[in-house]
Amino acid sequence: MSAPQASLPGWIDYGVIPLTNLLLAFLVAGCLVLLIGENPIEAVQLMLDGSLGFGEGIGFTLFYATSFILTGLAVAVAFHGGLFNIGGEGQAYVAGLGAALVALNFDTQLHWLMVMLMAMVASAAFGAVWALVPAWLQAKRGSHVVITTIMFNFIASSLMVYLLVNVLSPEGSMAPETRTFEVNGRIPKLDSFMQWFGVDIGSAPLNASFFVALLACVFVYLLIWKTRLGYEIRAFGANPTAAAYAGINPVRITLIAMMLSGGLAGLMALNPVMGDQARLNVEFVGGAGFVGIAVALMGRAHPVGIVLASVLFGMLYQGGAELAFEKPNITRDLVIAIQGLVILFVGALEHLTRPWVARAYSHWAGGR
Amino acid sequence: MDAFNTLVLVLDSTLRLSAPLLLACLAGLYSERAGVFDIGLEGKMLAAAFAAAATAAVTQSAWLGLLAGIGASVALALVHGFACITHRGNQIVSGVAINFVALGMTALLGQAWFSRGGRTPALDSESRFGSLTLPGADALADVPVIGGIYSELLSGHNGLVYAAFLAVPLTAWVLMKTRFGLRLRATGENPAAVDTAGISVAAVRYKAVICCGLLCGLAGAYLSIAQTAGFVQNMTAGKGFIALAALVFAKWRPVQAMFACLLFGALDAVAIRMQGVELAGFAVPVTFIQALPYILTVILLAGFVGRAVPPKAGGVPYVKER
Repeated sequence: MSAPQASLPGWIDYGVIPLTNLLLAFLVAGCLVLLIGENPIEAVQLMLDGSLGFGEGIGFTLFYATSFILTGLAVAVAFHGGLFNIGGEGQAYVAGLGAALVALNFDTQLHWLMVMLMAMVASAAFGAVWALVPAWLQAKRGSHVVITTIMFNFIASSLMVYLLVNVLSPEGSMAPETRTFEVNGRIPKLDSFMQWFGVDIGSAPLNASFFVALLACVFVYLLIWKTRLGYEIRAFGANPTAAAYAGINPVRITLIAMMLSGGLAGLMALNPVMGDQARLNVEFVGGAGFVGIAVALMGRAHPVGIVLASVLFGMLYQGGAELAFEKPNITRDLVIAIQGLVILFVGALEHLTRPWVARAYSHWAGGR
Repeated sequence: MDAFNTLVLVLDSTLRLSAPLLLACLAGLYSERAGVFDIGLEGKMLAAAFAAAATAAVTQSAWLGLLAGIGASVALALVHGFACITHRGNQIVSGVAINFVALGMTALLGQAWFSRGGRTPALDSESRFGSLTLPGADALADVPVIGGIYSELLSGHNGLVYAAFLAVPLTAWVLMKTRFGLRLRATGENPAAVDTAGISVAAVRYKAVICCGLLCGLAGAYLSIAQTAGFVQNMTAGKGFIALAALVFAKWRPVQAMFACLLFGALDAVAIRMQGVELAGFAVPVTFIQALPYILTVILLAGFVGRAVPPKAGGVPYVKER
């Protein structure tokens, strides 16, 4: 532990170590399943069958993955700038308001594609604004962005409940939700698209925002590694003092990185609000903002890693639901515990297995 | 007289509601003053609430329940310490992880062990902490004003409520007047200096984290086996984060922490009473009052009301120079 950390080849740093840590997390989760008297192997089997074994399962898995990709990218962009945005949940929640306002106002007048594009802009803008205040407080007032984004999650939740109950719910309705959007205010399902691949997704809500998520991955990759702004963000994240000496304006970078992060988290709102429910309701984010943290850590803040991690978490969410259906003893809360374990082992304890892996590697490389 | 009675009632529930906040807030204070940020207060409270209620339900003993609650919370605190102190992991990431592990595990185990939708069985009066009557409270009950204040407001609370408020002077004394407190504060401000003096930074931080687990355990146990009679899924409902806000609001000082928790507890008490009440023909949105602790903390952080400066070495793992 005390020896200076040897540098290892990239495939170990980005492949073997995260996978070892992931394995540890799942081992502990397996012990948890044993603790409640069920068979972990059987549980894994059920989860795999439930998430990948049939078309509808795949549809749900990718539906969840869509949300997680976007919130994961949000956390990752902030990470690159040395900022920890825990506020994805609140930013996505407020962004739902932007998407819903567009859908409610234009769903009878415009083509769905127009409505969707406008909703993308609106949700990204609402999410970005909700991230702007914590960013400004960090850049100008030196208050920690972690604390303020936590506070803003709660403020967002109160604000949205108030708006949904008192302002947005239609006359005479007690339910805290908006009216249902007309067809043009919804994002089309991908059932016919998936038919090309011979997959029948049935009633699964996988929709065209899946492509928005994939495009966002390309956008983030180009932005972070191929543009000047991306370079500035990474430089600032790696060493703020050096970056400031190099003429990078810390206030500007903090604001831009956080607004990009909030905007990406905001895009996530399209998926449940316009792609699935066709209305804005309470708790539609459903923890996806926090899953983004796990996904970004697991994917090492790289878009490819994030897509893989998101699909894995999509499988956990969908498989967990099926598992809970088959085994009432194992509720979906298992997935939340697994999420925590993944964050713990892949994130906080990322250095735990490094010395072992390094030793094993030097043994292997030396003996070659 | 009516207004006075209402006031006493509101203040009475303020004390009840701020006690768990105060315990959790002081817990965070120990940890953060030693340089270990802890956003896992919520998770530790939740785990303690579950362990306490489950143990009390099985053993019929409130004291064993309390012990189990503290045990669960300290165990999570040690996980946090292992990740952040021993392995120099990111303290925020570790805190987030602990919150989710606790949220998932308590609901999962609750359903698996008791099959009541994640609840634990309702506790009878034997297996939970009842209210204490202060000496002479009954005799004074009929005296106007004093009776109201002493017998209604101050007497008749749970032992843990008194413990929470006694923990304030105790914490202030430990932090400011003892050798341990000095070392703890120094570790949070300048760990290299502590190391130079031949004191182990890791040991001090571990002790601080254990203190944090202990107090979070009390806070969680209070929720499930004192204030109510059983565990309900996610019963902390953000109290750990309000406690964190209070800690920032109090600028990491014990006595101010008490006032911040009383303020946030009072907001909660008022919000409950305001449900459906109209003030001058205008319905006060309860959601707004519930969001006030967070809004106030953000305003404070913005530097408009004084300035909150966290411990200097907070959030930074200590690496010994060689």
